[in-house]
Amino acid sequence: MEKIKLNRKWCKGCGLCIEICPKNVYDREAKVSTKGFKEIIVKNPDLCNQCQLCELLCPDLAITIEKTKKDAKVNK
Amino acid sequence: MSEHLYKYLRPEAFPTPFCAGCGHGILMNAILRAVDELQLDFNKIVFVSGIGCGAWIPSPHFAADTLHTLHGRPIAYATGVKLFNPDLKVIVISGDGDLAAIGGNHLIHAARRNIELTVICANNSIYGMTGGQVSPTTPKYAKTMTTAKGNPEEPFDLCKLTVACGARYVSRYTVYHIKPLINSIKKAMTTKGFAFVDVVSPCPTQFGRRNKQPTLYEMFNDLKARAIRYETAKGLKKDELTGKIIIGEFNE
Amino acid sequence: MPKLINKSLLPPKKYFMQGNIACAEGALAAGCRYYAGYPITPSSETMEHLSNRLPEVNGVFIQMEDEIGSICSMIGASWAGAKAMTATSGPGFSLMLEGLGYAVMTETPCVIINVQRTGPATGQATRPGQGDIMQARWGAHGDYRIIGISPWSVQEMYDLTIESFNLAEVYRVPVILLADEVVGHLKESFIIKPEIEIFNRDSSMSDKPFGTVQDDGVPPMPIFGQGAKLLVTGSTHNEFGIRKVADPVVQDMLVKRLCAKIDNHKDKICKTESYLVDDADYLFISFGISARSSYAVIKQLRNEGIKAGLLRLKTIWPFADEIIKSAAQNCKVVFVPEMNRGQLVLEVQRVLCNKQVISIPKTQGEAIYPSEIYNESKKYIK
Repeated sequence: MEKIKLNRKWCKGCGLCIEICPKNVYDREAKVSTKGFKEIIVKNPDLCNQCQLCELLCPDLAITIEKTKKDAKVNK
Repeated sequence: MSEHLYKYLRPEAFPTPFCAGCGHGILMNAILRAVDELQLDFNKIVFVSGIGCGAWIPSPHFAADTLHTLHGRPIAYATGVKLFNPDLKVIVISGDGDLAAIGGNHLIHAARRNIELTVICANNSIYGMTGGQVSPTTPKYAKTMTTAKGNPEEPFDLCKLTVACGARYVSRYTVYHIKPLINSIKKAMTTKGFAFVDVVSPCPTQFGRRNKQPTLYEMFNDLKARAIRYETAKGLKKDELTGKIIIGEFNE
Repeated sequence: MPKLINKSLLPPKKYFMQGNIACAEGALAAGCRYYAGYPITPSSETMEHLSNRLPEVNGVFIQMEDEIGSICSMIGASWAGAKAMTATSGPGFSLMLEGLGYAVMTETPCVIINVQRTGPATGQATRPGQGDIMQARWGAHGDYRIIGISPWSVQEMYDLTIESFNLAEVYRVPVILLADEVVGHLKESFIIKPEIEIFNRDSSMSDKPFGTVQDDGVPPMPIFGQGAKLLVTGSTHNEFGIRKVADPVVQDMLVKRLCAKIDNHKDKICKTESYLVDDADYLFISFGISARSSYAVIKQLRNEGIKAGLLRLKTIWPFADEIIKSAAQNCKVVFVPEMNRGQLVLEVQRVLCNKQVISIPKTQGEAIYPSEIYNESKKYIK
């Protein structure tokens, strides 16, 4: 199940999510895309602890974290 | 952004026109979260904005009534909307140049009249849209397109200004301090009277690039280092506060 | 456009009033419920009067921090559903021009009263002039059309203010009442009729508040709070209100329609009055208080057996080309008396390029006297 939705149409690749994520979930592609930058990818979705920092701080509103019931319990 | 906030957007307006790493997108998210948490009727909100990057936050992105006005004049327009139809919630979102330089007169008089407006200043300390000229909130010695050797002028403290003018609720947060920012916007939106929120929003493209902070993350680190709570700042001397960003609620 | 008949607010009878106050009463009768202004001589009486009268009719009055704030808050109120007005004079009108352009671009109905004084700059604050008529037409940047109306009596300060509101609502355009200090401060008797013709804007819900099928149409104007999710912007926009800041087709279509919706309805907008024009050899074309002096002159000339006539422009903008052409068809000389260095005469010369058109200007900061018009025109009357 996909917990992290990254809207690549809206993302401009500022890379804040990579820097700010405490769990190293995000990374960049190796090659520059046609949009002119190395696009962001969700590299380690399983590491996500759903702190939602990236969702709240993404300047392009491109990240959605879906909270699952199971995870909510884990968080408690 | 969280999916339950999509209903407030015009998806056709996305991706946003802002540069990569612009703080204004974060502010946009914060405003919508505040609206959602307060369960405000989006059909009864009018978003008024002026000219500049900050003014593009509501127009055309928000699926509500938006009034994108002349440079510096959003508060004057908002005054007319609010006075004629007090049932509408009127929220002004604009930049520091728009509200504090060309529109400074309207800002102080609306605060003095204590009209029930929520004014959110997307303060990036620069004229971003026109190419990075010095603004009234640019820190002293900062480099801009019109102050290549460093800004010789002192910046405005818009919070102290609006408090002095009689605003009912005044606060400042940075977009990095996202949770308190959302709470503060909620308080501003429910204030019966003039509410002013100064939101420090980094501009890596026009400000950071020329001041050795070319990415949003580096600008965030700078904000973290310079931010100081209002309560803490009260006990400090003037020279100890040089270069600091005082965050918190200014009149409570 | 549905026409309504409203009862007059004041009991119908003969009144003795100052022009500026008659203007304020006309506004109230037309349905004006929002006034934002800034004190300026010689128009302040309108504001003072409305500050008392508007609360009596559940209207809103506010004295703003400057004229820019006045016009902007008036535009905001108009989008909230108000019939809104402001009154000012030369220096204030200069400040309002940016808002005027915005009102044109966003097709916002509103009325601006300009009680003209002398200029440039501060000029003579208490003295009359007619030097703002070209400014009213061309003052804001870009291409646009407005409606400009000129009253010559206290009666018309009342009647034409109502007319201004009607035109503003029908065509979604700012209307400028180009009065002058003499008419504004003149006290004379006038009649308030029991019933008034009123036009209100079409505020039906529409997803296209800035576009029509016809290229000279006036779109419906939903107001804030109706759920129309309006996008109102002073930037170039398409029919939905979405900014199109680099689209040549949208820019062209929008500007063409903003002009065509006025130009193509000239015959309905333009109002003039003719006095002894049919057999006139000598035609006077004038407006406002200058027309009133000209009226005395044509009567004097008629007494001398000279066939003189007067065409008075109640509507200055859009310019009444066709009416002027047909009125001047058989006359020998056309005179244009006005209280400036010759502004209206430029338009008259453009329309009557084959005629002898003589300018009779006066810029002494006082009303142009019949004797001055008489003496000047006599030089050309054989």
